[in-house]
Amino acid sequence: MSEVLLEVRNLATEFATRSGVARAVDGVSFDVHAGEIIGLVGESGSGKSVTGYSILGLIDPPGRVAAGSVKLDGQELVGMPRSQLRALRGRRIAMVFQDPMSTLNAVLKVSTQMELAMRAHGNPGKQEMRQRSLQALAKVGIPDPERRLDAYPHELSGGMRQRVAIAIAFLNNPGLVICDEPTTALDVSIQAQILIEMRTLVREAGVSLVWISHDLATVSVLASRLLVMYAGRLIEEGPTAEVLRRPHHPYTQGLIDSLPSRAIPGKDLLQIPGSTPSLTALPSGCAFKDRCAHATAACDTAPAQTIAPPRTWRCHHPLNMNAATAVQAAS
Amino acid sequence: MSTRAAPRVNPAVHGMQLGAGSDPARFILLDAITRRFSSIPPLSERLAKRITGQKASTTVVHAVEDVSLVVAKGETLGLVGESGCGKSTLGRVAAGILPATMGEARIDGEPLMRAGRKHTTRIQMVFQDPFASLNPRMRIGDTIAEGPIAHGLVKKSEAAADVVRWLQAVGLDADAAQRFPHQFSGGQRQRVAIARALAMRPDALICDEPVASLDVSIQAQIINLFLQLRRDLNLTMLFISHDLSVVRHVSDRVAIMYLGRIVELGATEDIFQNPRHPYTRALLDSAPRLAADGAPAQEIQPISGELPSPINPPPGCAFHQRCAFAQARCQQERPLLRQVDRQHEAACHFPLQETNT
Amino acid sequence: MTAPIETPLRGFIREFTQDRVAVVAFVVLALIVLLALLAPWITPQDPYDLSNLVLKDARRPPGFVGSKGFTHWLGTDAQGRDLYSGILYGLRISLQVGLMAGAIAFALGASLGTLAGFAGGRTETLIMRIIDLQLSFPAILLALVLAALLGQGKWPLIAALVTAQYAYFARTAHGAASSERSKDYVEAALSTPLSSARVAFRHVLPNCLPPLIVVATVQVANSIALEATLSFLGLGMPVSEPSLGMLIANGFQYMLSGRYWISIYPGIALIVLIVAINLVGDQIRDQLNPRLKR
Repeated sequence: MSEVLLEVRNLATEFATRSGVARAVDGVSFDVHAGEIIGLVGESGSGKSVTGYSILGLIDPPGRVAAGSVKLDGQELVGMPRSQLRALRGRRIAMVFQDPMSTLNAVLKVSTQMELAMRAHGNPGKQEMRQRSLQALAKVGIPDPERRLDAYPHELSGGMRQRVAIAIAFLNNPGLVICDEPTTALDVSIQAQILIEMRTLVREAGVSLVWISHDLATVSVLASRLLVMYAGRLIEEGPTAEVLRRPHHPYTQGLIDSLPSRAIPGKDLLQIPGSTPSLTALPSGCAFKDRCAHATAACDTAPAQTIAPPRTWRCHHPLNMNAATAVQAAS
Repeated sequence: MSTRAAPRVNPAVHGMQLGAGSDPARFILLDAITRRFSSIPPLSERLAKRITGQKASTTVVHAVEDVSLVVAKGETLGLVGESGCGKSTLGRVAAGILPATMGEARIDGEPLMRAGRKHTTRIQMVFQDPFASLNPRMRIGDTIAEGPIAHGLVKKSEAAADVVRWLQAVGLDADAAQRFPHQFSGGQRQRVAIARALAMRPDALICDEPVASLDVSIQAQIINLFLQLRRDLNLTMLFISHDLSVVRHVSDRVAIMYLGRIVELGATEDIFQNPRHPYTRALLDSAPRLAADGAPAQEIQPISGELPSPINPPPGCAFHQRCAFAQARCQQERPLLRQVDRQHEAACHFPLQETNT
Repeated sequence: MTAPIETPLRGFIREFTQDRVAVVAFVVLALIVLLALLAPWITPQDPYDLSNLVLKDARRPPGFVGSKGFTHWLGTDAQGRDLYSGILYGLRISLQVGLMAGAIAFALGASLGTLAGFAGGRTETLIMRIIDLQLSFPAILLALVLAALLGQGKWPLIAALVTAQYAYFARTAHGAASSERSKDYVEAALSTPLSSARVAFRHVLPNCLPPLIVVATVQVANSIALEATLSFLGLGMPVSEPSLGMLIANGFQYMLSGRYWISIYPGIALIVLIVAINLVGDQIRDQLNPRLKR
């Protein structure tokens, strides 16, 4: 395996709310290797987006990173002074957000916004900046980049805007890009285009990608590894095909089974009963136990993370365990 | 407002005879619906332009053009397309929220509109965003009871019991009636929206992307709820969605829309296993889908290019600029919806051959 | 679904009581209102009854014991009027006129604005052009002209104030109603189908209330200040029923000769009233703001 680019250990992020402290991210640990695409999957309230923001140091009061460490190339990001973080953001680690209309400044031309991104991390000349901008736009598949460069965001379609946002993220050749639901708001056909473009872009630039999404099918197109989150905890991890074919955690299994594409025509969809518990009122022990068909008294204590490379899971009664995995886990 | 446009397709092909009267095979009838939006610049701008000798610009958006659809009683027709294809607009015309610019909508033989306003309660709509579709300042019990009381379906004294009945029918507790929308989760709000529609005792429901803004696990619950209610109440449904797998699961027949027109229409499995229109095929190929054994999504094939603007639709076939099989004729002549197989129609000059399933 | 139901109002009151400044201002305001309400019972003299006034006691300093035997705690004015009584009765008028004018302007403006925003088309254009025309005139000018035309008295005064102010409510209501009009819940209500009138006033208007309340908090204070201005200039209330503005005007000429109390005390009363209303209004505005973003 290639070297570890990002090392997250026991990351915990909490928010102070009127009804108590909500632990949006609770003891999450994972690695991202150079050139790898990992998928961070979960529903709303799972903590996947907050994990992404925490890595970039974008958590503002009333939230804070309460514990844990995030190391980029060995450098600790948690607790880093703001000025240092700013130098890192956009240069070595970048982010693409869900809604390009709020990411892009509506009153600035695309060219201006790209120049601002470049000038934040260097002092290139005007000509050089224009060249790099055009190249970046062409690389994300924008036709006629000259015209688009001088346009305002509202003159572009949703797909184009997101491509511009991606181009800006890749502008300074970061080592890691975190994408938070970048194609959720886009049409299927545009999403397909961007997925293929991202894959090419990542391969050519050797960049690592953390793709955050609730859509298992979309993530599985790009990601070689899947991480599943529930109620702020990382409950399952492994190679994409393995996790999808033989999930160990009942939640992952339930999520896959409830997809309409897995439905048997004429019969009701399999559904997970109940709904995600509120983060300020989590059940003791395993957060999923009230909705789990396999729960027992053992689940009143929070399951520890079982690590059996290449897979990990957090469950007292994991599913789809064949003899080999069970032996490995026990050791 | 509703003029009957001359049918452009051979009625025998559609099996549609234009006439009044109740016919369960044509429970919902959308007859040559066209809906255009023209933005007329304000008076001041028009005056200013007239004084300076410029021509006042009116942009016309061709949201829906000449769409004819029929839904049989108890049937669910899925309406699929991407943003800008006109499916939401068509849904609103079918629900009586928007009047059609041309053409007519009918339910069980009676016209939906009279004098430009909706005249019937037999067809109701469930909206996409469950928070936006509920009045944030009204208790949901009042929201659900308002329509039935106003239309005399329920006496004021019986209203509370009626509300409880519908809340329970959608899987909510009776005490939910006293709460406000913001006190519920997305899935619960959507149940309330469904209860509100059902409280009007409709015969037909128009569902506009009803599960699009919900989490996957909640989607499954709400979809199952729709299926159960459909069985129990014998509802006729028009189910609008951009999500192909959801449509496949709930619909008996599917219509694919592109830039305001129907490009393909047929039985669900026919469409998904044997798409005959290049756009349908391309759409299916570009959507990531987990395989039955859980294997990750198949290799996806993106469609090149972008949706043309509905303000200036291109001549000929609206899809020809992005179509891998386009020929000269596609640029000049717009293809009409014609039968390509039993119960299967496509609007294409060169429909795809049947694939071996 | 297990949390107890907190209605929006209860939540609002709870948040309000968490800001000390607002609570103090509210208490002061409540006190003023109480004093004004009880004025006929807690004042030694009815300042509007000219037969009560003893000219010999005019322009006496605070603490002076008058011919009728009671102490003039705040002194007397140029007509022998007990200033303490005059101020309390003046507050009555300020509050009555300010609140009445505010309420009528609110009702009128909100209805027109909602109608314009909801109906759209020609109706909207017609109503809003009239509103725009009216807004291009300064409120004081309008009020002055109308007060001069309509003559003195409480109701002409209220009419002038309403005319000067309803346009602010109308414009705000129009903006809010237009944006609510395009929301799903309005479409859902219309598609039941429910009548436009019902939807406009039972669904849209209640949701336009937050920005309208914000305008109201500003406009009530404005009404009071406007009324005082008009009275100061001699319009509005008749001389025999002086409001705070007129009391201030009456005492103006005596400021430099050392008889400060005739203007200063009514002035302080007016300032305290307006500041209290503004502080309460500020808090209401702040609280309504983040709520709008939900």
